[in-house]
Amino acid sequence: MSAAVTAPKTTTRRGRRAIIALAIGWVSLLLLLPLAAIVWTVVRAGASSVVHTLSQPDVLHAFQLTAIITVLAVLITSVFGVIVAWVLVRQRFHGRSLLNAIVDIPFALSPVTVGLAAVVLFGPGGWFAPFFAARGIQVVYALPAMILVTIFICIPFTIREVVPVLEEIGLDEEDASRTLGASVWHTFFKVTLPNIRWALAYGIALTTARAIGEIGAVLIVSGLIQGKTETATLFIYRAYEERQTAEAYVVALVLAAVSVALLVVIELLRHRQEQERTRT
Amino acid sequence: MSSAAQSIPGRGRAVGVPHRTVAVLRHIALRGAAFIYLGALVLVPVAAIVTKGFGDGFATFSHAMAVPGAWAAIRLTLVTATIVAAINAVMGTTLAWVIVRYRFPGRRMLSTVVDLPLAIPTLVWGVMILVLYGPNSIIGKAFDALGVRVLFTPLAILLALCTVTLPFVVRNVQPVLLELDDAEEEAAATLGATRRVTFRRVVFPAIRSAVLAGTLLTFSRCLGEIGSVILVSGNRTGHTLTAPVFIFSLTSQFRFAEAAAVATFLFAISFVLVLATGALAKRGEARG
Repeated sequence: MSAAVTAPKTTTRRGRRAIIALAIGWVSLLLLLPLAAIVWTVVRAGASSVVHTLSQPDVLHAFQLTAIITVLAVLITSVFGVIVAWVLVRQRFHGRSLLNAIVDIPFALSPVTVGLAAVVLFGPGGWFAPFFAARGIQVVYALPAMILVTIFICIPFTIREVVPVLEEIGLDEEDASRTLGASVWHTFFKVTLPNIRWALAYGIALTTARAIGEIGAVLIVSGLIQGKTETATLFIYRAYEERQTAEAYVVALVLAAVSVALLVVIELLRHRQEQERTRT
Repeated sequence: MSSAAQSIPGRGRAVGVPHRTVAVLRHIALRGAAFIYLGALVLVPVAAIVTKGFGDGFATFSHAMAVPGAWAAIRLTLVTATIVAAINAVMGTTLAWVIVRYRFPGRRMLSTVVDLPLAIPTLVWGVMILVLYGPNSIIGKAFDALGVRVLFTPLAILLALCTVTLPFVVRNVQPVLLELDDAEEEAAATLGATRRVTFRRVVFPAIRSAVLAGTLLTFSRCLGEIGSVILVSGNRTGHTLTAPVFIFSLTSQFRFAEAAAVATFLFAISFVLVLATGALAKRGEARG
């Protein structure tokens, strides 16, 4: 490398080793050691502790609830995310930069605030409370609000992944398809969607991770009803507060394992996306 | 008009007229869907928080600030966010540099591990910190022997925040460093510049926007972070109670208006920073 021109080789190499050691040390301290600690703790507690925890009805229900919320949040944010991304890239209109700024709001808002907003809107004395009360629909301290807040928090991920790719691929292929007589829908499914598929998949993976891990907002809107409105993260929170640490550790490790699997998928997707980009 | 169009046989402009109308309508429908989706799901909740918190001016906000420990909570959050943002700026740039510029065994592994905080739930990071620095682990015992308390102190808050925001600066700086041509650095070195001068004059100006964007994102995330903090901080009023946990505790006491006032205050700071980050990203792209 260039540095070798000016500095004696040994000091360069020593400096480089020191920087690499610093980087690896930092990542180990903050990420790998904590991960190792929980794996070790659960392994030491033994398989019976894992089986015992994972066969509890509360735990199974918590995982089920997390799965339902995650699937719905992913479906809605990806369908509308593609629409918003398409409108942002392909249309020029007044208020476009406003729309663009709104997309980033969930990044700036604390999850706690999102939960609070749901309570202010749908809770006792809220703006929309009379409407839903009259129809006998429980929104806050029930599943609907938990889904709504999770969607809110996940909104930017898909959009922010799809927008740059749509910008990059441009209009040529779509125009060609339309000129050759393909319908708009045909063009979308055969031309646009294949072009954005890795970005979309990456956005979905990020959304899934975020939805599974959401705690701040659901902490407020769920009402923490054990075995009813308790997601996997809320189960960990309550179990820890009630000093059932063994159960908390096992569920935390399961979530961590699912997330690491997801991360591997994310890495593969990013790799594919980069390959595709360099090819074009 | 449509009857006139139908009277002309065959394919031609006339068929194109209703087609164009359909296309315009489709455009408007999609745009409408985008606005309704974001308006209903994002703007309405934000409006609800702001009007609840500042509907009667600053009265509610000062009520909230009169709660014991309120200022301390906001101060703690601002101070920890500043420290973590500064640490992250330095360590994130270092990590990006190491991952992009150096070749060593385990480099790809390091690059993957950096993304772990994006995948693993923040609450789970909190639990892991509890285990690692708790009384049952070797490290927890070692710190105990040294007389250093980690858990339930501001140090635990810093650790948690550093962990969950670790990828932010790295992921912003990495692509810029990758694109940076090292011909300029070589030129600087050939002209006799020391490594330090080369970094300051050649590399740093190129990655400055990206470092700043990642740092602002870190700060803004720290202002709202609760999952990783709530279990490890101990939440002692006036000592380790952070602003998001303070909002949570006000909400649990059904003091929604005061909670909303504090939330609006933090959101205002955070949103300005996120907008600044977006502007920086755009500037970086324009230059690249």
